Amino acid sequence: MDIFEVLNTVLSKNGLITSFVFVGCIVWFSYFLSDKLTNGKFHGSALAILLGLLFAYLGGIYTGGKQGVADIGLLSGVGLLGGAMLRDFAIIATAYGVKLEDLKSSGVAGISSLFIGVILSFFVGATVAVIFGYSDAVSIATIGAGAVTFVVGPVTGTALNASSEVIALSIAAGLVKSIFVMTSTPFIAKYVGLNNPNSAMIFGGLMGTNSGVAAGLAAVDPKLVPYGAMTATFYTGLGCLLAPSILFLIIELLY
Amino acid sequence: MVIYGVALLSFCMLLGIILGELLGRLFGIDANIGGIGIAMLLLIFLSDYLKKSFRLGDITEKGITFWSMIYIPIVVAMASKQNVLGAIDGGLIALFAGGIAVLLSFLLIPVLSKIKK
Repeated sequence: MDIFEVLNTVLSKNGLITSFVFVGCIVWFSYFLSDKLTNGKFHGSALAILLGLLFAYLGGIYTGGKQGVADIGLLSGVGLLGGAMLRDFAIIATAYGVKLEDLKSSGVAGISSLFIGVILSFFVGATVAVIFGYSDAVSIATIGAGAVTFVVGPVTGTALNASSEVIALSIAAGLVKSIFVMTSTPFIAKYVGLNNPNSAMIFGGLMGTNSGVAAGLAAVDPKLVPYGAMTATFYTGLGCLLAPSILFLIIELLY
Repeated sequence: MVIYGVALLSFCMLLGIILGELLGRLFGIDANIGGIGIAMLLLIFLSDYLKKSFRLGDITEKGITFWSMIYIPIVVAMASKQNVLGAIDGGLIALFAGGIAVLLSFLLIPVLSKIKK
């Protein structure tokens, strides 16, 4: 009888349950570190998210896959727990207790932040593409769309018939954005006044990456999550609408 | 009953995503437009309405609040399954395109916050 084989079988078969233990340990360890090393000044949840990303990186090196630790057989349940279905379910649940007045009073700022966020990110990405020597409108627009989110990039690239190399690049730009938002938000929040429902809605509209906004706000103040998520959820759709159409046409006019 | 809360939450999510999907089709794009946001609004309005007319019980409420409390662990799991290696492998173009977009967006938060006042 091989004890490791038994362990392996049980843990893999009950993947979701294994993932509760895995995440529970990360969270416990993070709050322990936050308490002992920083006196609670650096949020335990922010640390837990950073640790999660570190494990994802190690998992990527170990398996060569795209799903972080979820590609390791034993931890495949993390893919379900951290997947879009349960994430969105929990995000919607956070809306329970949201004040309607807060949503209404930030409506105009939230909607303008959406348009400004999509257009700004697109042109930043497009400018970087030009600086790196791309000179055809399709590639420039696809990389610009990647800086919007990693969904808008490939959607735009496919619509415009961009090369697969450029589409891969646009996905990478979107991934950088999402991971950068997750890691930097807790550090930058206090300098830009990200501490109330109004600025959280603007933050969600400007950044737009669902996972980035979800994790960034969780690390700052979980109460702000529903406000940021509310605007961020319209961002990818708006990006898919604008990037392959109006924004591409503007690039084409310039080139 | 705790299932009433969970069922209400699930119903809002499904209806929201369906509406978001239809909105996407309406604009002719293959993406969900605001499904989660619509679901959040549905939950806010429905729970408000049900509270007034039927009184949602404490336990029913727990079917919703449990999920909102398990949110951070779910986000930690989400972080653990990101393609961090893919982001790093994208090289300098990906790094600059994504990174500068985020930094400029942060700078705009204080500017846009003034709209309300």
